[in-house]
Formats: sequence, structure tokens, C-alpha cells
Amino acid sequence: MSTTFELSVADSGAAARSASVPADGIRARFRLTYPGFALDVDLTLPGHGVTALFGHSGSGKTTILRCVAGLERAAEARLEINGELWQDSAAGVFLPTHKRALGYVFQEASLFPHLSVRRNLEYGMKRVDAAGRRVSWERVLELLGIGHLLDRLPGRLSGGERQRVGIARALLTSPRLLLLDEPLAALDLKRKNEILPYLERLHDELDTPMLLVSHSPDEVARLADHVVLLDQGRVAAQGDLQETLARLDLPTAFSEDAGVVVESRVAEHDDRYHLTRLEFPGGAVLVARRPEALGQRLRLRVHARDVSLALHRIEDTSITNVLPATVREVVEADTPAHVLVRLDAEGTPLIARITRRSCDQLDIAPGKRMWAQIKAVALLA
Amino acid sequence: MSFSPSRLFVALSAGLIACAAQAAEVQIAVAANFTAPIKEIAADFEKDTGHKVIASFGPTGGFYTQIQNGAPFEVFLSADDTTPEKLEKEGATVPGSRFTYAIGKLVLWSAKPGYVDDKGEVLKKNAFKHLAIANPKTAPYGLAATQVLAKLGLSEAVKPKLVEGANIAQAHQFVATGNAELGFVALSQVSKDGKLTEGSGWTVPASLHDPIRQDAVILAKGKDNPAAKALVDYLKGPKATKVIKAYGYDL
Amino acid sequence: MPLSEHDLSAIRLTLELASLTTLLLLVVGTPIAWWLARTRSRLKGAIGAVVALPLVLPPTVIGFYLLVTLGPHGPIGQLTQSLGLGTLPFTFTGLVVASVFYSLPFVVQPLQNAFEAIGDRPLEVASTLRAGPWDTFFTVVLPLARPGFVTAAILGFAHTVGEFGVVLMIGGNIPEKTRTVAVQIFDHVEAMEYAQAHWLAGGMVLFSFFVLLALYSSRRFKPGLS
Repeated sequence: MSTTFELSVADSGAAARSASVPADGIRARFRLTYPGFALDVDLTLPGHGVTALFGHSGSGKTTILRCVAGLERAAEARLEINGELWQDSAAGVFLPTHKRALGYVFQEASLFPHLSVRRNLEYGMKRVDAAGRRVSWERVLELLGIGHLLDRLPGRLSGGERQRVGIARALLTSPRLLLLDEPLAALDLKRKNEILPYLERLHDELDTPMLLVSHSPDEVARLADHVVLLDQGRVAAQGDLQETLARLDLPTAFSEDAGVVVESRVAEHDDRYHLTRLEFPGGAVLVARRPEALGQRLRLRVHARDVSLALHRIEDTSITNVLPATVREVVEADTPAHVLVRLDAEGTPLIARITRRSCDQLDIAPGKRMWAQIKAVALLA
Repeated sequence: MSFSPSRLFVALSAGLIACAAQAAEVQIAVAANFTAPIKEIAADFEKDTGHKVIASFGPTGGFYTQIQNGAPFEVFLSADDTTPEKLEKEGATVPGSRFTYAIGKLVLWSAKPGYVDDKGEVLKKNAFKHLAIANPKTAPYGLAATQVLAKLGLSEAVKPKLVEGANIAQAHQFVATGNAELGFVALSQVSKDGKLTEGSGWTVPASLHDPIRQDAVILAKGKDNPAAKALVDYLKGPKATKVIKAYGYDL
Repeated sequence: MPLSEHDLSAIRLTLELASLTTLLLLVVGTPIAWWLARTRSRLKGAIGAVVALPLVLPPTVIGFYLLVTLGPHGPIGQLTQSLGLGTLPFTFTGLVVASVFYSLPFVVQPLQNAFEAIGDRPLEVASTLRAGPWDTFFTVVLPLARPGFVTAAILGFAHTVGEFGVVLMIGGNIPEKTRTVAVQIFDHVEAMEYAQAHWLAGGMVLFSFFVLLALYSSRRFKPGLS
């Protein structure tokens, strides 16, 4: 996936998506204590797109999801979804789960074993009055590719099929908010790759906001627009996905897998060398030929460990993707031998993980203009 | 009071030696209705003779089956006369040992004072809801009760009101708890020293039913046990007779 | 026909008693089992113990206390009398009441196990699919707990059929009202009518065997979600 560096015209202004929260967003404030665990969060989330709740197990991400669903009742809570008050402990308001217009996808699909796929799907749909049904049956079946499974019993489905039915079942209640609790965690890699495209389609084609719990950086990078990093029941960081991932002040828990997500577009196919050029604000990279059509959006993940820095543009190297970038910040990494360098590649944030020794030898400091050599990019689609 | 281990040991051994030296044990099966009198009689017997009585109490039919199947009883005090006779015919007894040790008296009894008059008119008035009897198929007192009802010409009239106890003890329980207003029970169950201990009753004249003979017999297992013979003799003696009568049995 | 008219009426009565008792047990036992399966109350242990009492108490104890409490001087007897129902001992209704109490653990425990095996998840799933608690109970819990209900019904029925001591103690052995098969067999044995006893007792053995056979071969479907 490494090819020659190509510079495209910088387009710095339009790059970053706004991190400000629209008025119709989700406001959630939860405080609860269990023996050995305390949750105390105050979240303001956008009322559209995918928001990932990201953190290690025990960080409280699933608890937040359960609080939003009303499955867990926090002692102190206030929850407002797009202007609708679902819960306010101060005012004694608590909408029980079955009265909240939400869809919930559990880690295991949790289909009712005594009902066929069709009747599982109808279960929630029938309980929403006809006027409230905004999602069409045919469309959901098509979106998730489950039309041929309707007469089967859940016991006769594969793990991936079960999870797709679970998602469809939640969608058919026309939720104002879709909650996904590690929907891929129980699946093996093959099944994950089977489901991911469906989730991306949901993201692209439905306007239902989604809250996604995940502990997988790749999953978050691939699906989320907005991210909430959780650590021991508290919010460590929240904001736009790309900006948040590019921050260096996050707990060490996240820095070992540090990297950025770049939103790119298929700009050109080179059939002679079998390459595809992906453009993004501030630059472009060449990758092995992609099947996607021109103009298609693709997400890239660039790990800090795959970025090295040079003072000059080096011509005699096999590394093809080299971008001009300005140093913004240098911080300690999780090992004393390394530092993390935050760069601005003409509007696209990058992080490089280099040795402390190189940092000193090259005299790297904020404001310095350098060349970022990208050894590899991970394509998230 | 304190025991030293050695004193306890001495006391125990003395007891054991005393038993082994002079006394024999006799194991007996006793019809449930005779439980109280036999305890009193056995206590006197043990004191007077030094023999020891080990008594089991239960239903006559049950004992019959157990004896047939090798139960270790040496003397059997039945609630009727037919079961000992049957055992005798089957050769399970010491020939010639069978005798009537008590004749049961039937009483129409209620736990409520004044409910039963001394002529049994209450039966004819038929104002009660339940009349308890022992199962006439299996209990002599139950059979006697149905004979009384037949003699009085009341069989059909009271039939819907009859409740049966599996044995005379249960019939008594039904009446004692008030679930049945009245019932035919054994006089021995409700009297002591010739007087009702509670409630009201009419002692049914013996002419209204076949005698309720309770027979005793020495079983084959007790053939060579001197204590078995001694107990049977003691039962026929004046001291035991007095006790038996005090409990409301005829002789 | 080796069975007498009395034997047949005892069989009829026993089946009636067991059917009605089983029906009532399911109605009464379901909420109790549900509560026991779901509650975090400190009373759970105490209530569970009371329900299980008939498992360990001899029927004589239960029969005796039923006779006393249902009798004219007992608290329940006073209640039924004040309601104009009279007293319950020696009646078919009384046997039904006694049997419900006596067989309760045989129904509550399999149901409780079935409810516990279902776990929280299906209930949560149903609530996120807009089903309220009653809706969830009838559309999710009942179907998932079906094996538990089958077991409970079979055990409740069989145990009622096999009940003897309590019936003996509060029934009064009234033909067509309280003389059940078990009591009839007891009578035959006590009266040394062994041949008749054999027919009924052998029938009971076969009946019980087939009931248990049905029970053990029905245990295939396990509750839970896929």
C-alpha cells in the first residue's frame, strides 16, 4: 500500500467538520455507583451520525448505553433526546424502556428462539402504531440482506445472520436513536467483515442517530463520526472523530494504538501500475488498486507507528507517500524511548511515533516544517 | 450436680449387669387404642417382675402384615378378635394363648358440652353436618358404629353425613377438632376413671352392637420367652384389670 | 372387570381432583415462582422456605394443621364460615385447597427454575422492542418457560394423584367426594382385600411410571436466546 507521494492542492479551510453540537442533539447526564464502579458522565452528542462510546472493558460504556435505554436506572440522571425528555431524576421523570423510541442491538443478537425470523422482526414493528413507522419493511430487509431468511428459526442462522436480523429488528421499530452494544464483538473476523458493510450502509443511508459501544479502534475509526473516550466511568475526551483521535493528551491507554483517521475520496485509478489515488484535504496517497468508483468516499487509518519524519524531501526512497507537514506538538509516548509528534499536513492531522533520539537529532519542535513519510495506510472499507 | 466420668461408667455398667442377670425383654405390638393403658400396665409390670417391655403402637391391619412378614413381635394386643384368630389359624401364634384382654365400649361423643344427650336422641334429630366413625371395613369400632346406626334405623338418614377416619384415633381427631360435631369413638379415648374428660357423650348400650373384643396372643417368636408368658399372665391379673377398666373398657 | 364401582369412582374423583388442583396450582404458582425468580427482596428466602415446607413435612403434620386451621375453630375455618362457605374438611373443595398447598413446591420450583433460566436478557430485549411488562410476560416469558410449565403441570398432577396422608386426614373417606384412589388402596390393604389392592396399586405404579417417562423424555428443549 505504499506508493509515491503526490501533493495535491491544499484545501485547508473546508477540512474539519464542525464539532459543535446541534440544538437537536442528545444530552445525557448520568451518575451512579456500584460496588467497585462509579459512573459520572455528562455528554452532549450530535443528533445525527454515529457516536462511538470507546474505552476498555469496565470503562462504563455499556452502562451508559443501558442508562440511555432505561435498562439501568442511574440514581442521578437527565436524558434528553432531540428535545424530548426521557429521564430527569430531579423531576421524577423516568420513561420506562418500552416507552422510549429506541432500538437496541445487543452483543449477542438475542433473537427470540421461539419465533421465526419474520415474527422476530414483526415483534417490535407491530408494537409501534402505524403512524410512527418511518422505516419500511422492504427497505430494512434489503439494507441488511435478510429477505431470504424470513421463515427460518433463529437456531438455524449463522452468527452473522443472527446479528443482521437483530439489527433489522431494532430498526423496524423506527427508533429515534439506535443503540449498538458491541454488535460485532461476539463474531469472528469473517463475520465481522460480513456485518461491517451493512453497518456502514446504515450510517450512509439512514438518518437515525446511532450510539455505538466498542473497544475496537478499527471499528470506531471505520464507523464513527463522533467519539467519546471513556476511562473508569468518566469521559476522557469527546468530540469529532478525527480531531479526537489526533489529540495527544489522552490517557496512555489510547496512545499505544495512536493514529489518525482520514476521510478520503477516490480521485484516480492508475491501471498501468495498478494503483488508486485517494485524495484528502491537504494531500493524497497512492494505494493498491481499489474496486471503488471514482468519487467514492473511503476512510483511511494512519497509525503513528507508520509515520516517520524527514527534514528534506527524500527522493531515493521506496516510500511513496510523503506529505509536507508542520509540527504542532511533541509529547511523551507510553515508552521513554519514543515521543509522539502531532503534525498538520496542510489541513489533515497526522501523528508520528519516533524515537526520542531522532527527535533531538532533527531538532523537532512546534512550528517546524518537515516531510511526513507514510509507510502504510489501513483502508477501513 | 456434676457427673464424673467414672461414676457415670459405674452407673451404666450396674444397669447393664442388672438387666442381663435377672430380666428378659419382651417386644410387643399394641393396637393404637390401647396405648395409654398398656403404658401404665407395662410400668407396673416392669416394676413388679424386673422384665422389660418394648412396645410398638399402630394399626392392627398393619401389624398383621408385618407379623406375616417376619416382624420380631412376641406378643400382640389386637384391636379386634378376628386378626389374632386369623394368625392363630395360620400357625403364627403359640396355640392356646389367645384371650380377650379388653372389651371396647362405644360412645357417641361431641367435644361440645351438652351437645350429646344421655339417650342419643341427637342422632335422631339429625341436625348435625358430620358424624365421624372409624372405617367400618377395617376398624372394629367403626363396624360397631354402623351396627348401632342400623339397629336405630338411621343408616340411610345419616349416610350422607358420615365421615370416616382411617382408624378410631382419626375419628376421635375429627370430633376433637370440631370438624365433625359428633362421632362414635372409643370410651377409652374420652374418659378416665369412669368420667368423660371433656365434651358430652352417650355410652352406647352393648346390646346395640356386637361386642368389640380385643384379643391378645403370644406370637411364635415369643414361644420360649418367659417374659412373654409373664406379661400375658400379668394382663389377666387384678392390677392390670383395674387399669383396663379405669380406661373405659369392659372385661 | 376386576375394579369395583367404588374403585372406578375413586379413580374418577382422583383425576378430577388432580386436574382441578393442577389448574389452580399453575394459576397460583406462576406469580409466586415469578416473584421468587426475580426478586431481590430479603423475604425471598423465607417465602421460598414456606413454599418448600410440604417437601419435608410429613403429611400427618400438614394434614393435622389443615384439619385444625380449616376446622370450625381455626382461622381459615372461621373465615370460610363467615363467608357462608361452611368448613372445608370432608369436602371436595377442602381436598382441592389442601392439595394446592401440598403440591405447591412441585409446581413452583420447576417454574422458578424455568424463569431463572430465561434470565434478564429476553425481558430487556422485549422492552427495547416496546413490549410492556405484561406483554413481555405473555409473549416471551410464557413461551420460553413452556418446558418448565410442562414439568410443573406433570409433577403437580402426579403428586396430587399420589397424595395420601393429607387426604386421609382431612377427607373423611366419603365416596365420590373425598375417597381418592390412594385412600381406596389403603382401605383395601387394611381390609386385607389384596387382589383389589393389587389392581389399583399396580395401576398407580404404571401411571406414575408413564408420567415420569413423559417428563424425562420431554426434557429436550432448553430455554434461552439464540
